[in-house]
Amino acid sequence: VGRRMRESVSAALWAALGALGLSKSRWLGLPRMTRRVVKAALWVGIGLLLIVFFGVWKTSALAIAAVILVLVVPAWNRLSVRGRRIGKWIVPTAVLGIVTAYPFYLGSMPQFPIFGPAPQMSTMVGMAVFSMMALGLNFVVGYAGLLDLGYVAFYAMGSYMAGWFASSQFSQHDVRFGAVGVGPGLRGFHLSIWLVLLMAGIATAVIGVLIGLPTLRLRGDYLAIVTLGFGEIMPQIARNGDNLFGTGFNLTNGTGGITPIDGPGFGNWVHHYLHLPANYLTLGTNADRAFFWTALVLVLLTIFCSSRLRDSRLGRAWIAIREDEVAAAAMGVPLMRTKTWAYATGAFFGGVAGAYYASYNGAAFPDQFFFNISVFILCMVILGGMGNIWGVIFGACFLEYLDREGLANIGSWLNGHFGPGGSDFQIWNKVLDVPLYEFGIFGTILVVVMLFRPEGLIPSSRRAAEFHEGVHDEPLYDAAA
Amino acid sequence: MPLMAGLFVALLFAWLAVNFVKGPAYFFTISFIGLTNGAVYALVALGYTLVYGILELINFAHGDVFMLGGMFSATMILSVFNLKQHASTGSLAVAIVVSLFVAMAACGLLNVAIERVAYRPLRGAPRLAPLITAIGMSFILQDVALAWKGPGYTAIPSVLPTGNVFSISGVHYTWEKLIVVVITVPVLLLLLWLVQRTRQGKAMRATAQDRDAAAMMGIDVNRTISFTFLIAGGLAGAGGLVYALYFGQLRYDTGFSLGLIAFTAAVLGGIGNLPGAVLGALVIGFIQAFNEGLPWHTPGSDWTQSIVFSILILILVFRPEGLLGEQTPEGA
Repeated sequence: VGRRMRESVSAALWAALGALGLSKSRWLGLPRMTRRVVKAALWVGIGLLLIVFFGVWKTSALAIAAVILVLVVPAWNRLSVRGRRIGKWIVPTAVLGIVTAYPFYLGSMPQFPIFGPAPQMSTMVGMAVFSMMALGLNFVVGYAGLLDLGYVAFYAMGSYMAGWFASSQFSQHDVRFGAVGVGPGLRGFHLSIWLVLLMAGIATAVIGVLIGLPTLRLRGDYLAIVTLGFGEIMPQIARNGDNLFGTGFNLTNGTGGITPIDGPGFGNWVHHYLHLPANYLTLGTNADRAFFWTALVLVLLTIFCSSRLRDSRLGRAWIAIREDEVAAAAMGVPLMRTKTWAYATGAFFGGVAGAYYASYNGAAFPDQFFFNISVFILCMVILGGMGNIWGVIFGACFLEYLDREGLANIGSWLNGHFGPGGSDFQIWNKVLDVPLYEFGIFGTILVVVMLFRPEGLIPSSRRAAEFHEGVHDEPLYDAAA
Repeated sequence: MPLMAGLFVALLFAWLAVNFVKGPAYFFTISFIGLTNGAVYALVALGYTLVYGILELINFAHGDVFMLGGMFSATMILSVFNLKQHASTGSLAVAIVVSLFVAMAACGLLNVAIERVAYRPLRGAPRLAPLITAIGMSFILQDVALAWKGPGYTAIPSVLPTGNVFSISGVHYTWEKLIVVVITVPVLLLLLWLVQRTRQGKAMRATAQDRDAAAMMGIDVNRTISFTFLIAGGLAGAGGLVYALYFGQLRYDTGFSLGLIAFTAAVLGGIGNLPGAVLGALVIGFIQAFNEGLPWHTPGSDWTQSIVFSILILILVFRPEGLLGEQTPEGA
């Protein structure tokens, strides 16, 4: 359906351009560089015009346009110095630099049409954390092709690990190790957040293995249901865990959640020698920046692991299973072990991200861990492009931005223009609460992407081929040996 | 493993027996609640099983179709018939029958539309693709209800008579529970007749067994699948009406949690198997009622969902073919 529509649109476009004197053959006859410049300039020009007419103009928009043109127009990919292909590193490095410097020019960003102002620092932290979670889910869904509808269980597990080992939850104990900013009278486990992140990752990976061992033999959709079941059981344990089985043991503090959770920090010694912040929470308005940069480091780590694992023996085994489970088994890929590794790896990053986010929020509440969040993260992976690291990060950033700020901004724009007393013309006469319909919008994204572009916005070429050739992955659940 | 399962079942029965001895009358009253729950779940579970039998697709949106069925029924009862408590029997019967047909028709057509839009274009795609659109459709339907009825609960006055049908030495069976069964059983019998005795039912069974072979025998596969979705939607609509009448309140996300329970019931009975779905629904209904109602050593309603999902996981892991064995609709 999608391809036919795209073809008819492009045919109409060429017909219109042909009438203006630019036929397709003449356009293709132009030098490659010229075409790239014209196309990029056209898009950037449209963007600038939109900002001028519908947004709030600042001169920085020109700088943004210039940066985009410099990054997009030259074929950086093909640059090599003395035979070494350094070109492919240029764009990612530049993007990393731009993102890292974001806190410094956030104040001078122009306002975009409909979407409003650029995202705030707290949203950027959320975007980074959810990028990490989406990359974690991408191991399971994107690489190994197993649908996991209970990823929120890993997020919850990570958050509660931070709650258990970096707060005063278990006040019958008094254990301290490297924690910063903990008052003298506080009891409970207070370990260094960096250690807790690692512990959370490992504990969550163990949980992932425990869940995976009995269930990964199941066929695709049954596995989806089982993971969904685990995703629903975990938050219920969190909700009812303040008096576990009537023993009076308070594991999770029930609906009250665990709060406050310690913030990260490097302690006075490192601060003195390396000037890294001793305690993030005492940084005041700069705390969000420190959290953002730390999250960025974690995302980079995840990207590194993702790309290295994808090209490893294990990663190729995942992709083989995704494409044809029976054939992979026949070629000697150990199905259970390979799938369990995918599950454990995905769980590990979910756990680390969950623990970090809990430390950032200073709390872990059971109400954060609904099925909706599993679908939210799944939506990120699918929208961006299953199996493609950049696609998944784009999906995560875009959807988390919509969740935190975007939908509210779009809603106020819509209401301001078409709502009651709207500046353009009034279509509806009650204030439309756009963020209320968030999950309907995400559902629509899922349906539309699956129908028209199942490989996602930024696909991995291999995944796209699978979708268009119609791979029938109907593995038998007893094919696993 | 059979030893463990046997031990587990033995413990379960011991627990039930102790509870029974402690208060036989109460036990029976709770059982009737379980039976009524099971009847509602059966209507929804059959929809999952029908669709799974023919397309091998877990129709996530089914629970939300059921919820919209409840919303349609609520609208009919509240706005069209304007029923109040203690309505006369005649007007109550007319209102229920008309609402039943409206809800069934509306949900059936809605389900057909969903299949047309979200599942049919993906029939050749990898298996997970329609599952993902099903999740998307589920969220869309929830938001339709959210936009229509708002985020709060829609309350339906208890129009059903609440007197006792019989009351023997402390065992009460109320009219409202009987009415739920009275609505459910004919619908189930009609469905069974339809699938087993009619030409269309034969086409459904043939399509479920082998789609390509059925097409070669001259069966219009697309039409048969649409028909299956129509019936499944109709059952969900009936379930919605019964739920609205009996439980008296529903919300945009009612369908999601109940749908998962009903799906568990379908898996428990053996997905694709019609009598299995009814059996599974009754078992789940009883388990829920016992868990929430019995006095001696019960985890309580806080844990119902976890128990149901644990059953789901255990069944899928250890006996994926369900209680009634590997029986597909063609054997039903």
